[in-house]
Parts: sequence; structure tokens; C-alpha cells
Amino acid sequence: MTVATSVLTRRIIPCLDVTDGRVVKGIEFINLRDAGDPVELAAFYNSEGADELVFLDITASSDSRRTMVDVVQRTADQVFIPLTVGGGVRSTSDIQELLRAGADKVSLNTAVIADPDLISRGADIFGTQCIVVAIDARRDNDAGIWRVFTHGGRRPTDLDAVEWATRVAELGAGELLVTSMDRDGTKDGYDLALLEAIAAATSIPVIASGGAGTLAHMAEALAPGRADAALAASIFHFGEFRIRDAKAYLASQGIPMRP
Amino acid sequence: MIAIIDYGSGNLRSIQRGLESHGVETTITPDPVAMIAADAVVLPGVGNASHAMDRLRASGIAGAIYEVTEAGKPFLGICVGMQVLFEAQEEGNAMGLGLLRGEVVKLTEAEKVPHIGWNISRPLRQPLLSASPADPYFYFVHSYVARPADPQDVIAEATYGQTFPSAVMRDNIWGTQFHPERSGDNGLAFLGQWVEVVRAWQRRKAA
Repeated sequence: MTVATSVLTRRIIPCLDVTDGRVVKGIEFINLRDAGDPVELAAFYNSEGADELVFLDITASSDSRRTMVDVVQRTADQVFIPLTVGGGVRSTSDIQELLRAGADKVSLNTAVIADPDLISRGADIFGTQCIVVAIDARRDNDAGIWRVFTHGGRRPTDLDAVEWATRVAELGAGELLVTSMDRDGTKDGYDLALLEAIAAATSIPVIASGGAGTLAHMAEALAPGRADAALAASIFHFGEFRIRDAKAYLASQGIPMRP
Repeated sequence: MIAIIDYGSGNLRSIQRGLESHGVETTITPDPVAMIAADAVVLPGVGNASHAMDRLRASGIAGAIYEVTEAGKPFLGICVGMQVLFEAQEEGNAMGLGLLRGEVVKLTEAEKVPHIGWNISRPLRQPLLSASPADPYFYFVHSYVARPADPQDVIAEATYGQTFPSAVMRDNIWGTQFHPERSGDNGLAFLGQWVEVVRAWQRRKAA
């Protein structure tokens, strides 16, 4: 009998952008019956060894949230790994609706800038483990900070991302989803300095997002003192890398992975 | 029929579908009478232990849980649903159900809390978990851990900063700190084993 050691594994999290119940960038490299169906993609990524899934509702109108509830329900019926849903979540009743549909966590972003107490109200009712706060940040060299942006990265705020991370952790966030807008879509690698600054300032798990272009980028982001999980979209959707291969590579680099 | 206790607002759909994937009937219910009528009962985990206890007591569900467990029916508590089976709860300085002896304390040895993600649950003894796979990874998300008074109640353990019970069992009462409904194939296999326990109880009752 082998003796299993216990190390909390780092997580690989594919992110699906959904609008009106359809995935915006569907998987192109594999024969799926319907590559635009979030449920089918969720099942595929589950079979590939994804550790969690994120659905991001990028339209987030009230109509599309109703559609999202249906998508979450159908996903929860067949995919048994954690599911986080974000996009347009504005109230505890929005949170409740998504959790009842089968989401395990919700990701809060724009709404909690105006109403930070939504974090503590949500954590109080549903538990801190349900509340992920997404922070979209861009380096501002003049101000010497990473500035927080809202509305899908279109609107700047006065907030310093590191201070904001500390504040939302105190308010009851269970996890931070940190996206570097400088790196998002560039494939130049995650913003490691941003991850380090936020990891050093807080004691809750950090999910790295924005900039993954190679598996080495994931390994960098998942090194000690940076992120606990790596989120990626296009490198998986376009089949540049399979999740299984990514996990095998990361394990070979000494990063604890669930096989 | 397996009753899944609805006492809050968390995700109950996954545990329902996970159990139903093994061919059993389930019902999600806030009604103590329906729980008492069921063959087996699942108490899922929701948020904060002291809030959970307040809700269980105020709704009369706590009484139904005592009745169900005293009748010898299989009972499964998940995450916070496992933690409240114990006596003293550090979270909110509350009293739990006291069906298992011991206390629940904050995770203090770990660098980051909550403990979120996939970790190994090492089976210690029969009967449940005996068929655990070679890579027994399960999904955890919690900030508190149980400290059972009787080490015999611990059937599996995990390590995150400190070693703690990942699954407990005493007579007809089971509990898991991990979320079987969110642990992929391993979690479904675990639920399948527990469903067999429920079926054995149904057969004994019918005989």
C-alpha cells in the first residue's frame, strides 16, 4: 500500500465566458456535439481533470441571469466539481438564486465597489467560502499602484488593488480572483508582482488570472507566495494545451497537483 | 427515500444529483416530519456553524435529527453538517448537536484559511471508504476542524497545517469534512458506498 502524503494541491480552473446561455469562445479543437453549450464544455473540462470551473456572465442583464440560472442547474446535474458563477451579481438574493441553482460560489466585482458590505452580508448568510471577490487591476506607474477597474475593466476607481484586497478579505471574502488587465489576452504571463503583493497582504487563497500563454507561466504563478490557483481561458479553449498535459507538466515542476 | 435537509441557502442540488446518480430517491425538505419519515437523512453544510445550529433549533429540525439517529437510520453530515454533530463549537461559541463527543475548533496551523481545494483523505479503517481509489483526492472548503473525543470515531484523516478528521463514523452516523458532491468521481464513489449503507438499512427494516 502506498502512503499518500497530504498536500493541498494547486488548482487549474478553466473559465467560460457565457452570454445568453452560450459560450462566447467555444472549444474548437475537439469534436463536441455543441461547442457553444456551457454544459457540454463543463462536462468536457471535468473529464479533462479541471479542478473547478468558472462561468462568467459577460452580458449580465436580468434576462441573461435567468438563462444563467438554467445553465447552472443543467451543469450541476452532471458535473460534480466546484462551480463559481460571476457577472452582474448585485444582491444577496442574486447570490441565493445562483447557489440554489447549483453554484458553489459567486464572484462579486463591480457591485461590491459601491456596496462593500455586500461581501459581509453574503458571507454572513452563505459562508465566506461562497464569496469570491474578483479584482480587475491595471498598473498605474504614476500613482505607483495597481488600480482597480470595474464594469469589465472599462471604468477606473480610486482603489489600490492591494489595499482593496486586504479590505475585502477583512469583510469576509473567502477567495480573491485577481486579473491583471495589463496581461489579459497578451499571453505574456501572469503579473507575478501583483500576485506576490496581494498574497503577502492577505491570508486567503488567491486565484491568478490574465496572461497565461504557456505552461511555464502557470508554474510561475503557482510558485509559493503567489497564487493558489490558476485560471485560464483561451489556452484551453483553443486546444493549445490540454488540462491533463498542463497538470502533468506542473507536477513535473514540483507543484502539487491532483492527477 | 433519502431526505436532504434544507435549512439555509447553499447549493443542495449537487448532493441531490450525486445521490440520485446511484439510483435512490431523494427529497430536499425543510420539514421535520418528512425527515422523520425518510429512510435516511443528509445534513449538508451551510456557512457558519453557530448560525446553522440556530436554524436547526428554531425550525425543529434538531429534534427530528435526534429522532432519526436514535431510530438507527443512516445519517450523513457534510462539512458544517458534520461539524455540528459534535458538542462545543468554537465558531460563535455555540453548542452543537452533541451526537458525537468532542469539539470543533478553528484551523490555526495553516498559512491560509479557509482550506480550499483538493486534498488527500487517508482512510484509517473500515467500513466506509474501504474502496477509496489510489489517489484519494477530495474537495475541501472549511475554516474549522473537528477534534473528536474518541479517536475510534475517525475513519479518515487529512492534513493541512495540522492533521484533522476528514471523515467520521459512529454506529449509524457518518460525517465528512470534504464535499463528496463536489469531489468528482471519488466523491460519487463515496456517495455510492453510503447509498449501499442506506439500502442495507432498508432491507433490514423490510425483513
